[in-house]
Amino acid sequence: MLSLWLNVLASGILLGLVYGLVALGLTIIFGVMRVVNFAHGEMVVFGVYIGYWAVRLCNVPIIVAAAIAAVLMFFFGYLLEASIVKRFVNRPHHYQFIVFIGLSLLFSGVLLVAFGPDPRPTASELSFSTVSLGFVTLDLARLQAAITAGLLIALLGVYLRFSSFGRALRAAADNRLGGLVVGLNIPRVYAVTFGIGAACAGVAGALISPLFDAQPYLAVDFTLLAFVTVIVGGLGSFSGALLGGLVIGVAEAIAALMFTPSLKTALPYALLIIILIFRPRGFFGAKEI
Amino acid sequence: MKRWLAGAMVFVVLTLVGSFADPYLISLMTIVLLFTFLGQSWNLMLGIGGQLSIGHALFVGLGAYSVGVLYVKYGISPWIGLFLGMIIAGSVGAALAWLSFRFEVRGIYFALLTIAAAEFARIMFSGWEFVGAMQGLFFPAPTGEIEFLMLRGGARFYYFVALALAALGIAGTELISRSYLGYVWRAMRDDEPAARALGVRTFRHKILVISVSAAAAAAGGGVLGLVQGSIFPDSIMGMGLSVDVLIGPVVGGLGTTFGPLIGSLTAIPLNHLMSAIGDSLRIPGLNNITYGIVLILVVWFLPVGIWPAIVRLGEAIQAPSKVWLPHLRKAEE
Repeated sequence: MLSLWLNVLASGILLGLVYGLVALGLTIIFGVMRVVNFAHGEMVVFGVYIGYWAVRLCNVPIIVAAAIAAVLMFFFGYLLEASIVKRFVNRPHHYQFIVFIGLSLLFSGVLLVAFGPDPRPTASELSFSTVSLGFVTLDLARLQAAITAGLLIALLGVYLRFSSFGRALRAAADNRLGGLVVGLNIPRVYAVTFGIGAACAGVAGALISPLFDAQPYLAVDFTLLAFVTVIVGGLGSFSGALLGGLVIGVAEAIAALMFTPSLKTALPYALLIIILIFRPRGFFGAKEI
Repeated sequence: MKRWLAGAMVFVVLTLVGSFADPYLISLMTIVLLFTFLGQSWNLMLGIGGQLSIGHALFVGLGAYSVGVLYVKYGISPWIGLFLGMIIAGSVGAALAWLSFRFEVRGIYFALLTIAAAEFARIMFSGWEFVGAMQGLFFPAPTGEIEFLMLRGGARFYYFVALALAALGIAGTELISRSYLGYVWRAMRDDEPAARALGVRTFRHKILVISVSAAAAAAGGGVLGLVQGSIFPDSIMGMGLSVDVLIGPVVGGLGTTFGPLIGSLTAIPLNHLMSAIGDSLRIPGLNNITYGIVLILVVWFLPVGIWPAIVRLGEAIQAPSKVWLPHLRKAEE
């Protein structure tokens, strides 16, 4: 019994790290641009399809697929911001919401036209291999995804903390006007930020491609999951996204063990409402929104 | 006075449509009018109250389920179901607002809370056997006879119910926005600290506006369920419905009286047309693509919506030099 619980806990933590990466993308975009990317789930699904193509058709390891997804999705996000999103950055939230709903409909439509509505199983040998560590047996695909996601989160944290671009990004997040005054190229910072956010989503998608069948309709679930994760952790907070991801991952895993599958999907929302009652801005939320 | 006259004219035209149009147009226009009403309820919350909801499907669904459960399971009149649904949705809206505004959590956080609550409710209803779970609830097929007390009848009957609801919604919003509450709510929307400094209890008023909007949405949802003849959690409480609700007012013109009508009149037939084309060409995602592009283009080029653009065009035709130039100058800035 104890080992069952440990296993569930471990797999929740592993998946939680990947959720953390998805949420990190959303939270970086929000923190810097004050824009909520409602098409985030579609970006995750783009990543899943990239993983599917790379692994199934070109037979490269999942890490390479993740790297491809990172590069492609970074440029995708950069161009999307520079062409469309930048026009709406200073508009009220509901206009942004409509634009992103438009984008998400557009993307899911493109996915439907390109790949059809049927799920494409991405399961490979990797999906079924396991590693045993005494008490716990870990599933290899999850372990790999979690380690990569964890490393990326750490790298990104270090990069944003110590690099000059990271400083520029944080300055733009703190005070946009001040950034402009000292000569920051704010449009470029925003475009790169959006690129980084999209890349986080894409990499996470590629990493979980051995676990989820590629399917356009997954996108809504991922978008909502990312919202919940980010609100639990605190919108705009780096460590909040990570903690939120872990909390949601573990909660989902435990719920799947204890309740029926439908309750498993409801639990993150219930958790969110409870957290909002006690800590309305999440664990690490900003004081002013 | 001019606005009431214009409204009365639109109402007469829509009555004529209902009396003479063919069944397809009737069913399409019923949905358009229902979403006009739902859009109006959403408009009340954001356009006047200043609170963004992106989970309006929660209130719509609560209304639909109250009517559905009472009628299908117990044969109780939908009028009572509508009433009950409005009370339930109004209380849920008030509870959400209380939860959120208690600690001054507002703006985008409140919006995300509404969507989370809607998703939570959708999943709970999907697993709740008593309300039909995923299999949904089915109303018995209409006999064609009009039973006013049971709110049952054919397609034409529901068209007029929807028309009455839409007219009520438009007139009601107009009346509310000119009443004491309307002024208070708009003051609160525009500058909350200033409104509070003038003695407005903004906390209570925010709860009130959300609760009224939620109750109205539930009434619309109850009728929507009756019109569709069936209720499924994914369609009546899903994120898609929340989006459909707000597209009308945003496309038509936020905070305007006729915006939701014009917007629904544009967006819903367009969506139907595109899914029909997509189906006949066997391209499943085509309607998503065009709908998405249209949404982006509308917000991009007509940020205030279609209705204000029409009004401006009308003024420009009447007095070109006077009206048009300042607007152009404003646009350039």
